[in-house]
Amino acid sequence: MQDGGRWGQHALGLTTGGAMDGEAFFWANRLVGNHSDTTAMEVAQGGLQLECEGTTTLAVTGAAMPLRINGQTKALWRSYQVHAGDRVELGHAVRGLRAYLAVAGGFEAEPFLGSTSTVLREGIGEPVKEGQWLPCGKPAESNWALPMDHVPRYEPAVSLRVVQGYQAAEFSNKARGHFYENSFKVSPRSDRMGYRLEGHVVAAPTGDRLSEGIAYGAVQVPPDGQPIILLNDRQTIGGYPKLGAVLSIDCWKLAQCLPGETVRFKPITLTAAQQLVGEAAGVRASVRLKRCE
Amino acid sequence: MKAEAPAFPRVEIAGENAVMVYLGDAICPAVAAKVRQVDQRLREQLGDKLIDTVPSYASVLVLYQADRIHFEALRKLVVDCGKGLNESVSDDVGRHIILPVWYGVEAGADLAMLAEANGLTPEAVVERHQDRDYHVYAIGFAPGFAFMGEVHASIARPRLATPRRAVPWGAVGIADRQTAVYPAVSPGGWNLIGRCPVRMFDPAAEEPMRVQVGDRVRFKSVSHAEYLELGGTP
Repeated sequence: MQDGGRWGQHALGLTTGGAMDGEAFFWANRLVGNHSDTTAMEVAQGGLQLECEGTTTLAVTGAAMPLRINGQTKALWRSYQVHAGDRVELGHAVRGLRAYLAVAGGFEAEPFLGSTSTVLREGIGEPVKEGQWLPCGKPAESNWALPMDHVPRYEPAVSLRVVQGYQAAEFSNKARGHFYENSFKVSPRSDRMGYRLEGHVVAAPTGDRLSEGIAYGAVQVPPDGQPIILLNDRQTIGGYPKLGAVLSIDCWKLAQCLPGETVRFKPITLTAAQQLVGEAAGVRASVRLKRCE
Repeated sequence: MKAEAPAFPRVEIAGENAVMVYLGDAICPAVAAKVRQVDQRLREQLGDKLIDTVPSYASVLVLYQADRIHFEALRKLVVDCGKGLNESVSDDVGRHIILPVWYGVEAGADLAMLAEANGLTPEAVVERHQDRDYHVYAIGFAPGFAFMGEVHASIARPRLATPRRAVPWGAVGIADRQTAVYPAVSPGGWNLIGRCPVRMFDPAAEEPMRVQVGDRVRFKSVSHAEYLELGGTP
């Protein structure tokens, strides 16, 4: 179970957690008429089967996982009304890694310090288990679909924009060149905490360094020169040098990558970054969902 | 940190809505006192323009609402907050906490290597790790992960070149002149020298965090049998 994250608790050393693909999570909630921070289920890889015990509205967004309701294949990125006895199945992802299942009113989950986000590393919350009963809200009045041109694509090669900062100036020009001019492969040792990359060695500045706060998307380079992009379950403080942070609205692309897929980076200025984030919020707000039966 | 660093506070961009404020380059109670004051001032003055802060040894990471305050306005505010700080540490009213540790090459995977790199025996490293009180400078990395300092210079060692994917809960580590106890299984790059059977973070407990910033901690060697008795896991 994930919501928008447990913000405001960094002083206790608590990370934020929250949906790894904030874009798909947002649309899943929007399609069933929920507030954008409502608790939804993050399904990694797939292989989920649910049986409905009442009437509600649900939507699945994110990775391309075959969705079947009572054996019939259904499209993602739209909402459906389901009734007692209906069987909902999510097969294994054929593209991307994480799907989001939202129900009208949200899943009931116990909040801890203001958020229902599960962070296994911190022992907060638990994964959904076989046989678990998941109380849902009442159905929405209509079903809606996200217009196709707004449906994100999950590519096996992604380009991420980076706001340069932190110790960027301490890296040599050559090291920064290696980082921005080469592509990296996603390591199998990647998880909700961070995505480890493998490729050209990016020489990190050496020397003692005091541990300091880590922002979402921070690009950390340990002495082995293999960058780690810190995501939702990131440590709040760390001591490896950092080149900057991946733009928040690009992090979902990485979170949908599988081991072996390819990542490239592009530097952008703070002004450009803030403008892009503002524009993305504007686009989201302007999208008109399509009503469907 | 590099010697070329100019006067403090120094402000660096850390992301599209994050700035890092450096207030010093040393682990010491005077810098820690500045960090606490700047953190408090920023919280008061930013109000709903603030998302959160991450105070650490000598810096404060400020996460802000970029649509409510411009970066240049924030930078100015941060610099103003960094002026006229009190370096006195008289407000340090932390508790004194003793943490048991099962030390040894079996309990700490990096003890032998750390000892050798410093020209010491493992026994000497263990002895020096216990010979002083440590100040808790920050809680972070993971819930209940207390950054403490400073260890004796002769037992300092940089972080591992490649962090481990899974460090056991309770592992006691050294990174440069910092020391800490891992509260839960997590990735980590600190040099492990022993294991502590105390749960540093327990979400179900009335007081979930075992130590707080400003506390003083001393480590005390226990046997493997005592470690297990105190709740340690093999």
